[in-house]
Amino acid sequence: MKKYRVLIAKPGLDGHDRGAKVIAKFLQESGFEVVYTGLHQTPEQIVTSALQEAVDAVGISVLSGSHNYVFTEVVELMKAKGIGEIPVFGGGTIPEDDIPPLMEKGVKALFRPGTPLDEILAKIKEIIG
Amino acid sequence: MDYAQEALNGSVLAGARLIRLLEEGDPAGIEGLKKIYPHAGQAFMIGITGPPGAGKSTLVDRIITEFRGRGKKVGVIAIDPSSPFSGGAILGDRVRMQRHATDEGVFVRSMATRGHLGGLSRATFQAALVLDAMGYDIVLVETVGVGQDEVEIVDLAHTTAVVSLPGMGDDIQAMKAGILEIGDIFIVNKADRVGSDDVVRQLQVMLEMRDYSATNWTPPVLKTIASKSEGIIELVDAFLEHRDHLVSTGILDTRVEERELHFFKELVKEMAYEKINTAAGGAKKYAMLTEALKKRETDPYSAAETLMEHLKVDM
Ligand SMILES: Nc1nc2c(ncn2[C@@H]2O[C@H](COP(=O)(O)OP(=O)(O)OP(=O)(O)O)[C@@H](O)[C@H]2O)c(=O)[nH]1
Ligand SMILES: [Mg+2]
Repeated sequence: MKKYRVLIAKPGLDGHDRGAKVIAKFLQESGFEVVYTGLHQTPEQIVTSALQEAVDAVGISVLSGSHNYVFTEVVELMKAKGIGEIPVFGGGTIPEDDIPPLMEKGVKALFRPGTPLDEILAKIKEIIG
Repeated sequence: MDYAQEALNGSVLAGARLIRLLEEGDPAGIEGLKKIYPHAGQAFMIGITGPPGAGKSTLVDRIITEFRGRGKKVGVIAIDPSSPFSGGAILGDRVRMQRHATDEGVFVRSMATRGHLGGLSRATFQAALVLDAMGYDIVLVETVGVGQDEVEIVDLAHTTAVVSLPGMGDDIQAMKAGILEIGDIFIVNKADRVGSDDVVRQLQVMLEMRDYSATNWTPPVLKTIASKSEGIIELVDAFLEHRDHLVSTGILDTRVEERELHFFKELVKEMAYEKINTAAGGAKKYAMLTEALKKRETDPYSAAETLMEHLKVDM
């Protein structure tokens, strides 16, 4: 059976990657291969990493309030690089109102704090298809 | 998309997808590999091995910078272990190399061992061939953090660097059994810590006891502080010096030939086994002979001959 490969990245200037690490660990324990890129990732770094690593999905954890910029930029860059079909998901402190516009732009799933991990797992599997 | 052709034309996307196919054991991957094979064989393959946390990824990051400064394109394959329980993995080597993520002359691919023993993953060699054929001048392979038995890297790399660090104490003694044998270059990283000179001395003493007449190469022991980029120029010089040595002595050609032969033999074994399972009555005959062996009605030599006869394969 093909393994799921997922990229987990943490953009922004803040140094908190607890959320990203929790999800990375959880996905590993669920049998995923998780390519972890660490902190302070720019959209360009995230997208070229996704390209080189041939992942099935890209997960982004945001805390810094830059979510609108980061998700929009990543989705656009992925299209430009020919990997627009790879689903993008994310989590962190994203205001409810910002979610629908981001989904419209092509983000496939956004998890707000407190989403049960099982729900996250099921959704990620669903968007990878 | 013809991944092999596109990869040869310089498409990172196609190269990455071809590596993925190979990693998944997809037959389409092997078709691609055949196509790129004539274009491989140019890259200088360097292995970086050593215990967990020794600073391998940090070293690779700085080695990339140095080779880039010298105008070389660099491909990297970084291996991390799969969990034996979930089969999953966190591939974190890349974290240390992200400054190169947007450099078009650098391609980093993380890989999980997926249960493969030996310090590499099953598809590492194939992935290295793809990067080679894509025109990366240097292919750096970081093994999993190893103990002493994971020495498969020597089958792949032209030059193998073994990383150790201060404070290993008796571990250095333990190392000599396995990975000490495979180093062309020894790195004592974290030389900013106390005890690095002790490790250098211990290594030198152990290396002095070895016989280098076969290769005419005495491995240097180099100190580095990867986190401060210290000792990296000397390290890269040593890589190139070893490479020159391999070329001028003809050892490189011999190693490459041996390696091709090794893979050929392995493939023949694999395919012969496959043939047994697919030939008419092959699997049944195989099962019968296995049973007969268990009951001691035959011996392994006769059983193998009988099977070959059945398959009409000349032994
Ligand atoms: N003091 C000091 N720390 C270093 C040096 N080089 C690397 N480190 C630190 O050592 C830690 C481990 O470094 P890595 O490069 O991830 O080590 P690794 O060998 O790749 O680890 P694994 O892949 O997990 O086996 C990191 O916190 C580095 O910053 C050094 O020269 N001196
Ligand atoms: Mg590492």
